[in-house]
Amino acid sequence: MIQGAGMAVCLGADIDTDMIIAGRYLRTKDRGIWTEHVFEDLDPALATRLRSAVIVAGKNFGCGSSREQAAVALKEAGVVAVVAPSFARIFFRNGINVGLPLVECNLPCMESQTVRFDLTHGWVESGGKRYPVRPLSSRMQEILRAGGLVRYWKGHR
Amino acid sequence: MSTLSERILGAGAGEYVDRKVDRAYVHDGTGVLALESWKIMGGDRLADASHLYVLFDHITPANNSTTATLQHELREFASSSFLQFSDIGNGICHQLMSEGVVLPGEVVVGADSHSCTLGAFGAFATGVGATDMAAIWLTGETWFRVPATIGVHLSGTLDGVAEAKDLALTYVGKLGMDGATYQALEFIGEGTVGLGMDERLVLCNLAVETGAKTGMFYADTMTVKYLAARGHDVLPQMPEPCDYCRELDLDLADIAPVVAVPPRVDTIKPVRDLAGLPLDQVFVGTCTNGRYSDLARFARAVKGRKVAVRTLIVPASRSVLAEAIRTGVLADLVDAGCTIGSPGCGPCLGAHMGVIGDGEVCLSTANRNFRNRMGVGGEIYLSSVATAAASALYGEITEPEVP
Repeated sequence: MIQGAGMAVCLGADIDTDMIIAGRYLRTKDRGIWTEHVFEDLDPALATRLRSAVIVAGKNFGCGSSREQAAVALKEAGVVAVVAPSFARIFFRNGINVGLPLVECNLPCMESQTVRFDLTHGWVESGGKRYPVRPLSSRMQEILRAGGLVRYWKGHR
Repeated sequence: MSTLSERILGAGAGEYVDRKVDRAYVHDGTGVLALESWKIMGGDRLADASHLYVLFDHITPANNSTTATLQHELREFASSSFLQFSDIGNGICHQLMSEGVVLPGEVVVGADSHSCTLGAFGAFATGVGATDMAAIWLTGETWFRVPATIGVHLSGTLDGVAEAKDLALTYVGKLGMDGATYQALEFIGEGTVGLGMDERLVLCNLAVETGAKTGMFYADTMTVKYLAARGHDVLPQMPEPCDYCRELDLDLADIAPVVAVPPRVDTIKPVRDLAGLPLDQVFVGTCTNGRYSDLARFARAVKGRKVAVRTLIVPASRSVLAEAIRTGVLADLVDAGCTIGSPGCGPCLGAHMGVIGDGEVCLSTANRNFRNRMGVGGEIYLSSVATAAASALYGEITEPEVP
């Protein structure tokens, strides 16, 4: 899915993957563990507000460890997309690979306001204003449309 | 005229390329997820198992039966699929790949953010996610956006107290935690000549803490000699004039011992500003500073004395440990009261083997000091080995002594 909408949840800059999902919860294949503990070290109350949310964060979202569980946890918790002026590059790959749309934009955040995005045409809008977004490569659009890299390759074989 | 990344990837900065991967590795953490993705993709045959590695290092030996079960499954897969496999106790994935495996000019990916360490050999080495890795197992290739490059010009030489780690923390402080996002760092200039491979590995290791895709050195006579000693005949790489998106000048003579203050790697202060801060633990090890030269330096500083705080030393690999045994370094460490861990990542990622408690403070030679990383409620200060040794002797943050 590369178009969508959700309610804004505002976060700061340099949110690292240890904050998204702590290292102590990684040794499992149970995705429920990750959604239960997502953002626990940042704000334990956040986990309950992520269903149908669009996270609007500051720069360098997802920095630190390469753990893909961070992107999976957000996706499984119901996050529709993450909007940030920049993403750490491995998180960016992971997000696309698990089918979580990532929108590169410095968007002013108003808590709970509706955020809409369209990564095919390259825009995001909030508070009645539309902002341009650098379009994704066609390969990345295909991966997102397939719902992630696993389904993309499954479909290509 | 190209940067080293452009030369290796064969395209200009900003372009997307599909590239065959020369070597690809996972560890016990990311390997479990890669295997899950691989199964769902319907993976049956690997693209080229001889260049694919599974290297156990993150929670080794296993800390509980859940971890052990996950590791068992991955171990079975690695064995039955003929991937190059390294079991517990052999050491950290990046270290093993640096012990005569990765060669100049290669495209190397690891399912770990510190894979950038291997750029020290003039390879294009970078981290990817677990599902990326599963796709590489399937196809042998992946996509990259060719990075723009920041030229880090080094001049002068480090004096007796400052180490490559101080230089690394200094550049992270100058660039900031996102100062090089999507970009590569190239370390160039006459200051690179005197840096040994261990020091180059430290500088490249920290690149990701600025958001960089990789940190790189051009292979030179130092690289050629290091690899020749490990059975590889390689050629040096000649830099050519190229366009850097930004340049940073660092005179090594100006580098002084520094500490990264939690919870950010880019909050850099002189050691003397924090002198006297009481410590609960000192940790020496990791893919940053767990090499033989690090252990030897630490041992020289504490030999014949006793550490005043619990001190954990985790060798980066089995060969590091073996050399420390052979030369007597290990005995010096044990006699000084240090605790020795099994080669691997140790407590760096907060999973086992020396995590810290609520309110505790650890001085670590690792590369990350994020909130709660090494244990909930604990604080991590990052430093060089020399600073860690001086601090271990006094139980508080202490400036290293001039040798």
